[in-house]
Amino acid sequence: MKENIPVVSVSPHIRISEDTSVIMRDVVISLVPAVIASCFFFGWRALVLVAISVGTCVLTEFLFQKGTKRTVTVNDFSAVVTGILFVFVIPPSSPAWMVVIGAVIAIILGKQVFGGLGYNPFNPALVSRAVLLASWPIHMTNWTRPFDGISCASPLGILKGGIPGELPEYLDMFLGNRAGCLGETSVIALLVGAAYLLYRRHITLHVPLSYIGTVCVISAVFNLNPLFNVMAGGLILGAFFMATDMVTSPITNKGKVVFGIGCGLLTMLIRYKGGFPEGVCYSILIMNILTPIIDKYTEHKPFGYVKEKGPSPESVGK
Amino acid sequence: MTSARRIERVPIPGKVIISLSQHAGKPANPIVNPKDKVKTGQKIAEGDGLISLPVHSSVSGEVLDICPQPNTTGKDMLSVIIKTDGRDEWVEGLNSNREYFCFYDDEIRNIIRDAGVAGLGGAAFPTHVKLNPPALAEIDTVIINGCECEPYLTCDHRIMLEYSHGVIEGLRIIMRVTHADRGIIAIEDNKPDAIEVLFREVKREPNVELAVMKTRYPQGAEKQLINAVLGRIVPTGKLPLDVGVVVNNVGTAVAVKDAVIKNKPLIDRVLTVAGSGVKEPKNLLVRIGTQFRDIIDFCGGLSGEPKKIISGGPMMGIAQYTLDVPVVKGTSGILVFNEPGVLPVESGCIRCGRCVDACPMKLFPYAIYRNSRYKKWENIRNYNVFDCMECGACAYVCPARLNLVQAIKISKARLID
Repeated sequence: MKENIPVVSVSPHIRISEDTSVIMRDVVISLVPAVIASCFFFGWRALVLVAISVGTCVLTEFLFQKGTKRTVTVNDFSAVVTGILFVFVIPPSSPAWMVVIGAVIAIILGKQVFGGLGYNPFNPALVSRAVLLASWPIHMTNWTRPFDGISCASPLGILKGGIPGELPEYLDMFLGNRAGCLGETSVIALLVGAAYLLYRRHITLHVPLSYIGTVCVISAVFNLNPLFNVMAGGLILGAFFMATDMVTSPITNKGKVVFGIGCGLLTMLIRYKGGFPEGVCYSILIMNILTPIIDKYTEHKPFGYVKEKGPSPESVGK
Repeated sequence: MTSARRIERVPIPGKVIISLSQHAGKPANPIVNPKDKVKTGQKIAEGDGLISLPVHSSVSGEVLDICPQPNTTGKDMLSVIIKTDGRDEWVEGLNSNREYFCFYDDEIRNIIRDAGVAGLGGAAFPTHVKLNPPALAEIDTVIINGCECEPYLTCDHRIMLEYSHGVIEGLRIIMRVTHADRGIIAIEDNKPDAIEVLFREVKREPNVELAVMKTRYPQGAEKQLINAVLGRIVPTGKLPLDVGVVVNNVGTAVAVKDAVIKNKPLIDRVLTVAGSGVKEPKNLLVRIGTQFRDIIDFCGGLSGEPKKIISGGPMMGIAQYTLDVPVVKGTSGILVFNEPGVLPVESGCIRCGRCVDACPMKLFPYAIYRNSRYKKWENIRNYNVFDCMECGACAYVCPARLNLVQAIKISKARLID
């Protein structure tokens, strides 16, 4: 009997079943509570915007990869993640055409021009937010009240001064009953999703804790309300879902802590000394740039590279 | 799982192919010629130099040819082909009991070398070299490695269950030769039956203890095992004996005992046959030189068309293109898989860092991979690629299915050039 030659390849011959698409799918699952909360507070309009954004992202990725003759990777769910995260960081009152443009920017400028998933230096959703904020600042700062959709000021805008309005209660901020970006308002929904990511071990607490911790410490030191600073803006969304992005944050735990502290410092600097009321987006983008250098200086020593006990032979004679 | 299956003896095949390069180090030089009659246990090749070993005939019969033959390493190796006569006649004086207390240390080491004993965990490093530390090194502990290194393989588990006394005797001989006053048998907690059996044995023995470890791959690796058992770190580029330790596999301990007490050269070994492609997975005692084909036949044959044949375990084993290859001293298992899709498709690295967390040597596999993709070989020097033992843990966990071990092997080859 003639046999076909079996496959010969380098070890290991077994692989864990969990691949990139499983991780991305889990991130999508973790964002579902926040989508539901958003729909509850801002109405069906929020859900429609999520659908437009996700659809545009997936389609853009597909067309771009087809057009540039690359392997089409839309089934890895990463475009879905980008789509949801992008729409989470723009106001719920955003016009549909802006969502479409933003989604295209997130995929092409944020991700594909660098070579696709894994090669992007910045968080694609935040790149797009930054571009939109510069392009259509009015639309990007048009905040609305939950339920009735009446224009109002954002909590951080009120705090920054100049804009009249009443600061929301802590419980309302925790549940998400306040003005803000589409997916950032409900602290409880975001925490539920983050707990799922932690349980599935896709993220660790290093970045979120150091980020939020830094914000709390600075608030406490400068006599600013720590709880308000944590819940009023996009910090929870940023700390658990944006700054933990594997592609654009450091590898080692030490590096993650440095990254988180940096994000916290920059966020507070922008919120209180900068021109914008909110600094989460820019602080993460700036720390994204620093990720390679953080990686470089936080590499641990390999196993077996131990310090020799006592003075080394060379140093004795000196 | 094959862990509940008793070790069975594979009948002596009609023909054996005995490779002359079964150990780490220089190949042995043949001392027989075609048409010579040989007996079981007869030396058919002499070790060449310090790190080398003699090779013995595993059957009685007639030498057919001495020529290069397919080997589990993937390369053809000079081998002695012997047609068996079915009588299994042993060289006189072999395979009989004797006392060893009157021997000098050097004599025992020579016996172990002349019996061709190599590490049976997989690397097949000549055992007598391990037991011969330079005068300055003081060995205080001997660890017998019972942490079955890889999934699917259960031969070490069965050896500990069925040859537990031999393991202890082997350990005693190794402790005697190295003047170590502490012997530890390290075993993982997923083998409660073997722990029970060994615990009973160990209770009677002074200076010997059992270390039950949490199951974790690749704990069977020497440096990881020493760290886990004793908390000592073997510095890079150094050997276990530099921290006063000698590590031997359980099978090797039994082979040492057989060589010293029974005057029996290493002509057989225990291995595991498993995987979806084999009808009846088993643990087997096999004569060295038996072809994979004969062993698979003994296990009821193939259950389909094999997509992958592996010599060794699934994490570090070598894929084979034919079942004609013979068992060598380092063959710990034969795995056959029928499933397709054994060649994973790579996607982009998402920098999840799982390879870094998984690496037992605390290296940065993703960085080595990236630099090798861009052919930046000099950069790879900074990533200590030569500390990698290719355990495969990084590639196993990689969600992007990157061929990390392949990149590391290529990098090593490039940097050696």
